Amino acid sequence: MFELLGIPPQALFGQLLLGLINGSFYAILSLGLAVIFGLLNIINFTHGAQYMLGAFVTWMLLNYLGVNYWWSLLIAPVAVGITGVILERLFIRRLYHLDHLYGLLLTFGLALITTGIFKQIFGVSGLPYQAPPLLSGGHNLGFMYLPNSRAWVIIASAVVCLATWFVIEKTKLGAYLRAATENPTLVGAFGVNVPLMITLTYGFGVALAGFAGVLAAPIYAINPVMGENLIIVVFAVVVIGGMGSILGSIVTGFGLGLIEGLTRVFYPEGSAVVIFVIMALVLLVKPAGLFGRTA
Amino acid sequence: MTATTEATGGPVVAQQTAGGMPAHHIAIFAGLLVLLIAAPFFFYPIFIMKILCFALFACAFNLLLGYGGLLSFGHAAYFGMASYVCAHAAKVWGLTPELAIICGTLVAGVLGFLIGSLAIRRQGIYFAMITLAFAQMVYFFSLQAEFTGGEDGIQAVPRGHLFGLIDLRSQESLYFLVLAIAFAGILLIYRIIHSPFGQVLKAIRENEPRAISLGYRVNRYKLAVFVLSATLAGLAGATKAIVFQLASLTDVYWTMSGEVVLMTLLGGMGTVFGPIVGAAVIVTMQNYLATFGAWVTIIQGLIFVVSVMLFREGIVGVISKWTRKPL
Repeated sequence: MFELLGIPPQALFGQLLLGLINGSFYAILSLGLAVIFGLLNIINFTHGAQYMLGAFVTWMLLNYLGVNYWWSLLIAPVAVGITGVILERLFIRRLYHLDHLYGLLLTFGLALITTGIFKQIFGVSGLPYQAPPLLSGGHNLGFMYLPNSRAWVIIASAVVCLATWFVIEKTKLGAYLRAATENPTLVGAFGVNVPLMITLTYGFGVALAGFAGVLAAPIYAINPVMGENLIIVVFAVVVIGGMGSILGSIVTGFGLGLIEGLTRVFYPEGSAVVIFVIMALVLLVKPAGLFGRTA
Repeated sequence: MTATTEATGGPVVAQQTAGGMPAHHIAIFAGLLVLLIAAPFFFYPIFIMKILCFALFACAFNLLLGYGGLLSFGHAAYFGMASYVCAHAAKVWGLTPELAIICGTLVAGVLGFLIGSLAIRRQGIYFAMITLAFAQMVYFFSLQAEFTGGEDGIQAVPRGHLFGLIDLRSQESLYFLVLAIAFAGILLIYRIIHSPFGQVLKAIRENEPRAISLGYRVNRYKLAVFVLSATLAGLAGATKAIVFQLASLTDVYWTMSGEVVLMTLLGGMGTVFGPIVGAAVIVTMQNYLATFGAWVTIIQGLIFVVSVMLFREGIVGVISKWTRKPL
C-alpha cells in the first residue's frame, strides 16, 4: 500500500476509525443534550454520569442477572431513562421558573452524587465487560483491520441518531415537540400535555446517554469517572455545533471525532485539546455555532 | 437576570452613603480581622491559611457571578495556573515569594483576558460551558507541559524570604503575610463592587439590553470584571502554592471550579461576606471528611442539590434577609 505524507495507511485508518468511534459518542451525547436543551432550556450536567450509569447497568445486567448485551441495549437505556424521569419529577421541574443557571448547578450536584456513589461502591479501577461472541473478531478490509465491536458502535450510533432525527423532524410527535420548543403555552392551549412531554423528553435525552453507555461497555473500561471528562468535550462539541439543529449536532459530533483522530496521527500532542482549539476559532468567527441560530 | 435578583434578596436595598462603608460592614470587617489575628493561637495555622486562600478565591469568583451575573465553570484554570507559575518562579527562577506571587497573579490575569474575550461572546449556559471547556484545555496543557511536572506537580516549593528579609519558614510570618494578602484582596473586591464600575455591572446583570441602550459598552465591562476576577483568583492560587509549597493538577482540574461555585452558592452569591463563610464551611468539611474518600464528593453534591432546591440565597443571604441589612 501507498504511504500518505509519510504515515502508513494502517495507522492512518486505524486512528480515523478510533476518531469515528469517539465521534459516535460525541454525536449521541450532544444529540441528547440538544434535545433536552430544546424543550427544557437547561444544560444537563448529569449527562456524563448517566452515560456512566448506562455502562454500569449493562455490566450489572450481565453479571448479576445474566442478561446478555443485546437485551441490555434495550433494557439499560430504558432503566437510565426512568431514573431521568424521576429526577425531572422530583427536582428539575421545580426550577423551570428560575434562571437556567440553577438547572446547570442542580444537575452538576446530581452528577457529583451519582459519580460519588459509584466510586464508593466500585472504586475507580475499571470493570471488564465480555463482548458478545458476535462482536468479537473482525474483518480484514485490505487496507486495515476492522474489529466487529468497533464497526458495530459506529453503525448503531448512526442508526440511533438518524432515527432520532427522523422522529423529531418528520413525525407528528416531533412536530408537537418542535412546536412546544417554540411556544409551550400555545401548544398547551391546543390540548397537548406539555409538562408530560417535558418529562418524557428529559427521559428520552437521558436514555440516549444510557444507550451511549451500553455501546461503550464492551470497548472501554467501565468505571465511575468514564463520563466526567467526556462530558466536557461534549460541551465543547455543543458550543461548536450550536444546539439549534438536530442534524447539526450529529454532523458536528462525527466530524469532530474524525478531526480528533486525524490530529492523533499528525500531531499526537494536540489531540487532547484540538476540539477546544476549534471551539475557540468558532467563537471568533461564528459565535452562535456552526448550525446555531443567533440567540 | 432574575435569579441573581432573588439571590441578593430583593427587598434588601443597599444603604450605601457616597464613598463610605456602612457601619455594620466596618464592624464585620474589624471583627473578622480580630478573629483571624487570634485564630492561629487556637487552630492549626495552615488550616486557617487554606481557608483564607479559598475565601479570596471564592470572593473573586463571586465578583464575576454575584455582581457580573456571569457563571464561569472554569475558574480553576486561573487559580491553578497562577499556582504553577508562582511555584515555578519561586523554585526554578529563585524569585522572592512576593515576586513569585505577582508573577502567578499576572499570568492568571493574562489567561483571564484571553479566555474572557472569547467567552463573553456567548451568554448564560453557553458561557458556563465555554469557560469549562477552556479550563479543561488548560488542564490538559498542565498535564503535558514540561514545567508543571505532570502528575507529580511542583513539589517542595521554597517559601523563601519576603522582600529578601523576612524568613517565611516561620509559621507566624507566613500566616500574617497570607492574612494581609487575603484581606487586601477582599477589601479590593469590596471597593470594586461599591464603585461606579460595580454599579454599572449590577445594571448589566439586571437588564443587559437596557444597559446597552443607556450607552454602556457592555462587553468591555464584562471583560473587565472577568479579568479582575481571574487575576484575584490567581492571587489566591499563587498564595496557596507558597503556603502548601505545592502546585498540582488538583488545583487546575474542573472539580476545583465546581468547589468554588459551591462555596459561593452555599455562602450566598451576590453578598460580600457569603463566599468567606462558604469557603470556611467547605474547607472545614473537606478537612474532617478527608479520610472518607468519595463521601466528600457525595456530600458536596448533596449540598449543591439542597442549596439549589431550598436555599438559593445562601447562608449569608438568609441572615441578610432576617437582619434586613445588606451583607
